[in-house]
Amino acid sequence: MNTIEAMPPESASDTGSPTGTSPRSLISIKSVSKVYPNGTEAVRKVSLEVPGRPQFISLLGPSGCGKSTLLRMISGLERHTGGGIDWPTTPYDSKGRPLAEIGFVFQEPTLMPWASVFDNVYLPLRLKKHKKAVVRDQVMDALRMVGLEKFADSYPRELSGGMKMRVSIARALATRPKVLLMDEPFAALDEITRLKLNNDLLSLWEKQRLTVIFVTHSVFESAYLSDRIIVMAARPGRVIADIGIDAPYPRTEAYRTSSAYNEYCKEVSGLLKQAMAGVEDEH
Amino acid sequence: MDAMEQLAAPEPEDDAETPVAANGDRIRAVVHNVAFQMAPVIFGCLLLAVWEILVRINHVPPYILPGPLLIAETLYKDFGTLFPSLLITFRITVVAFAMAAIGGLLLGMLFASSRWIERSLFPYAVVLQVTPIVAIAPLIIIWAKDTQLALLICAWLVAFFPVVSNTAVGLNSTDRNLTQLFHLYGASKFQTMWMLKLPASMPYYLAGLRIAGGLALIGAVVAEFVAGTGGTQSGLAYRILEAGYRLQIPRMFAALVLISLTGVLIFAALSLLSRLILRKWHESAAGGH
Repeated sequence: MNTIEAMPPESASDTGSPTGTSPRSLISIKSVSKVYPNGTEAVRKVSLEVPGRPQFISLLGPSGCGKSTLLRMISGLERHTGGGIDWPTTPYDSKGRPLAEIGFVFQEPTLMPWASVFDNVYLPLRLKKHKKAVVRDQVMDALRMVGLEKFADSYPRELSGGMKMRVSIARALATRPKVLLMDEPFAALDEITRLKLNNDLLSLWEKQRLTVIFVTHSVFESAYLSDRIIVMAARPGRVIADIGIDAPYPRTEAYRTSSAYNEYCKEVSGLLKQAMAGVEDEH
Repeated sequence: MDAMEQLAAPEPEDDAETPVAANGDRIRAVVHNVAFQMAPVIFGCLLLAVWEILVRINHVPPYILPGPLLIAETLYKDFGTLFPSLLITFRITVVAFAMAAIGGLLLGMLFASSRWIERSLFPYAVVLQVTPIVAIAPLIIIWAKDTQLALLICAWLVAFFPVVSNTAVGLNSTDRNLTQLFHLYGASKFQTMWMLKLPASMPYYLAGLRIAGGLALIGAVVAEFVAGTGGTQSGLAYRILEAGYRLQIPRMFAALVLISLTGVLIFAALSLLSRLILRKWHESAAGGH
């Protein structure tokens, strides 16, 4: 317990100042909490600044640390019960919801099995009442980004697990969002497919210059992908560290075997171990 | 050259032999497959043959049990009277089924749209379903001014329940993440219903329709039995009653054959419809891939 309390959020600024480079944040999360009606405290007073410049942020932690809950609160899928989530540079609608273009990728591909790949990717635009003929190129662009333009007329059941996940990512990109929220998107895939999709996601991120918030429980995945890792602990869910990963992009397999990568993995693993130890202390 | 020819010589033999072996296997597989497909037909023919033989050996009189050949003959001879009656029964069945298909879908959507409505109405839908149609039919026939209308109501009452309950289950079993995705992109209630819930419930709805098709026919026939109307507007059930009174047992059987065939036809047509609609995406219709 003490070890975690001894790790104040300020220590993050020592490790490379991931925040504050942009004068105005894209998302400003101020001591956000989530308590479920049954009394379970999923998230306690989490504060986080997501800068205006594109970042690849990983939310890393053991199960039950509230990382998915935090992501869902950012997306608006769940309401927070305390604190505030602001989009300072984004206009709001009449109901007080930010008009941010968000792409969300679930752990499962979550495709409509009755619709073709094209129609699945077209869905977000269709829901915003864009005519198919008008946005055809936009949908095909999204499919091209994930390398599936040849499968536009296929149906989900004809695709492999990795390809389905690509369709899911293409759908999230179809509205050309500023923020891509991903909730353990590759956790259900096999190792080889996951490594491949990691690389594809990175090159996509570099090209599109968007902010990615990526929930994962894999130290290696987060250290490979992100330029910033938020480490969270469970019971109650809270942020225990905010680390910048200063390795240059593009990252390739060479980075995966570099000593810098190993050092980051070691550091993050150590923090995670503290988080887990804290949980065991409480029991 | 010689050496090469010698080396090459055995190969054509090998090539020639393998296709033959493969062909043999393929023929055997085809025969096996056809036999498998025909198994019910073969069994049926066997059964009919045994029936015919038993009737003839034991000299069973036709007014107790006619043989299949006599039934076929009667069906051919009386087709002029039986077929128009079949059309009348069939018409009631189809209209009742269509009403069940549409009404069941709408009611299912109503149930799925509000827990209150479902909670309030569903028990009474169950009451209607479990009460034997034979018991309610006389009342309906008294209340409805027109007999045809009464028959229609009876057939509809039997057919609509599986459609309603299947639709309601289908609409409520939409993928949770997909529902959230629709919410995330600000989908309206109408969009969620039209683009997500309805397509997702299609397999359930179509399964309900397949059950309802057979039930509509049963409902129509049962109601006709109860109504017992003669004259020009009489359906197949009345032909059966009539033949029974006159001890024309072969004719009873002939009418029965027509009813069964109609039921099979309805089921096959609805199965085909279901397969055509779902074949692109649903495991039940797509077959191995």
